[in-house]
Amino acid sequence: MQGKLIERACALLESGEVARVIGWKSGELGYDTTPAVFETADELRADFVYGDFCGANLSKYLIKNMKNEGKTLVFLKLCDTYSFNQLLTEHRIKREKTYVIAVGCAGMADPERLRGLGVTGITGICTDGDSYKIDTVYGEKTVAKKDALCIKCLSCKGGEPVVYDEIIGGDVTPPEASDRFEQVRALEAMTPDERFDFWRGELSRCIRCNACRNVCPACSCESCVFDNPDSGIAQKAAVTSFEENNFHIIRAFHVAGRCTDCGECSRVCPENIPLHLLNRKFISDIDHFYGEYQAGESEGQRAPLVNYTEDDAEPSAIYDR
Amino acid sequence: MKFLKKENLSALFEALSADSALYLPTKDKNGKTNYARYSAGMEYSDALNTERSAKDFFFPQTEDLVDFKMEGKTIEVIDIRKPSEDYVIFGVRACDMASFDILDSVYLTDPVDSFYAERRSHATIMTMACSAPSETCFCRTFGIDPASPAGDVQCAMTDAGLYLEALTEKGEALVAKISAMLEESDGAEAAEQGKRCHEIMDRLPLSKLTPDSFGGDTMMEHFRSEKWASLSEACLGCGTCTFVCPTCQCYDIRDFDTGNGIKRYRCWDSCMYSDFTKMAHGNSRNSQLERFRQRFMHKLVYYPANNDGKFGCVGCGRCLSKCPISMNIVKVMKELEDRS
Repeated sequence: MQGKLIERACALLESGEVARVIGWKSGELGYDTTPAVFETADELRADFVYGDFCGANLSKYLIKNMKNEGKTLVFLKLCDTYSFNQLLTEHRIKREKTYVIAVGCAGMADPERLRGLGVTGITGICTDGDSYKIDTVYGEKTVAKKDALCIKCLSCKGGEPVVYDEIIGGDVTPPEASDRFEQVRALEAMTPDERFDFWRGELSRCIRCNACRNVCPACSCESCVFDNPDSGIAQKAAVTSFEENNFHIIRAFHVAGRCTDCGECSRVCPENIPLHLLNRKFISDIDHFYGEYQAGESEGQRAPLVNYTEDDAEPSAIYDR
Repeated sequence: MKFLKKENLSALFEALSADSALYLPTKDKNGKTNYARYSAGMEYSDALNTERSAKDFFFPQTEDLVDFKMEGKTIEVIDIRKPSEDYVIFGVRACDMASFDILDSVYLTDPVDSFYAERRSHATIMTMACSAPSETCFCRTFGIDPASPAGDVQCAMTDAGLYLEALTEKGEALVAKISAMLEESDGAEAAEQGKRCHEIMDRLPLSKLTPDSFGGDTMMEHFRSEKWASLSEACLGCGTCTFVCPTCQCYDIRDFDTGNGIKRYRCWDSCMYSDFTKMAHGNSRNSQLERFRQRFMHKLVYYPANNDGKFGCVGCGRCLSKCPISMNIVKVMKELEDRS
């Protein structure tokens, strides 16, 4: 499929239909792809890569490309198309300045999970059916693809991409999805003390690197309140009480109803904090109180939290819980 | 060289922790390895590297510096420094050990940082030779031998047990204290393991990486390179690389208003952040390109320019495995040295 994507991108560049291409660039270690902007066919042919390590959601990079002349071609996986729609809804990007190629995705692998399985000294990775054959300096290792999937891919949205100009690889079967609210229910079933201990254990590892915020397509503020010394809540120190009371919880509130559950926050966290569970709790509650809602499903949709209907849950609903 | 049988490892930890604190790499419930204070039953993790670097011991992410108490028109300045206890850090890898030299050159030269100096001087460091390096390792690029780390006591763990060699006076004092449990050894097994480590390093993907194209003499050439634009294009501007880095040493000092006084604290800062070195006139680096360039120029050019050619990176590889977009110092070096 990589060849087809390169060919199509080159054609669109050469015809002048698009001025640049946002894609993934190959790295040094077989799994370390980097999001990149390509401006010529030569660059695409030399470095563009599409494979099992292209977990990064490229939609947010469109924001800064809106200032540039011409259209930007972006490759979006199924889940990334929801982020794209949400950015359109929030007027952060313009549809007419973009060209979307939705790319088939069978689930992306997370190098961190390979490390967790004890695979180290990697010198090459190739695909072999449902598994990866990994050459390492300690011998060849075989890892089942499902054991290396990004956490976000374990609850793949499935179905069709929600926005595109064209689809390449539409016949690729997305990974089998498990119930994404299973862990949320497990947390809800805990006593408040158990739940507090769980989150304290997780959030106490936070190093305030802001990777979760900076990668999040819903976190598109020009300047974040936590970076603004005049806000009174600016904070760079990783202080346990602060993390728990403020940063992550406020961030989860701020993206509530706008979070498409793209899973980038947990994918990038260097401390492997399951931040997506905070967002999924909000999604689950919104579904419960306002009916099922998927952010980013279509452009311009009215999110329950910014909409009013006579059937809306009363604030007192909280007392019934 | 001394030797300790593997079955006596717990006894060694008990002995080391008897009259001072002992910290060692151990796995948490998620299977990640980090340093923790030893308590009975804790297991040593031989994971290649801890998730967080060992710099935390001397340069914690956040610390209080001084308190001010206001009453009427008087301000009382309260020195809240506490003396450090003696402690032993066990299992520091060669890269992290080398990072201490870089931190020392910042914090122990005039004016000495008394907070850092206090913690640094009370530590005895037992390092651990690497036996199973990873594809993200490139310490040898900066002249560090993973099989022969510096430190107060150099250790190597094999299937049979632990080999120890004191390298400093502090190290000798520590070895003397536990000498009853140690045997004499020629260290042949440890040397053999070191040789194997070197052979593995030779076969790893970054074995050929050299810093030859960098250093203080290359300043303007690299500063003006047009490649920073594409290198920094996808940078999220997060602080992951900075915070997992064992040599990143920048901090911010802030005041917290308690209502009747001030708590002045410092915390790690990141040159990737938009308010880094923000002063009254504003910020000296307004784009992510400039901020990104700063980080790598500091490690590869500015630091060597001011420190006799010594580089500010130790090749631990944490940024390679942790960067959300897999952009890192290795990619920067390869791109900048490729002048074609």
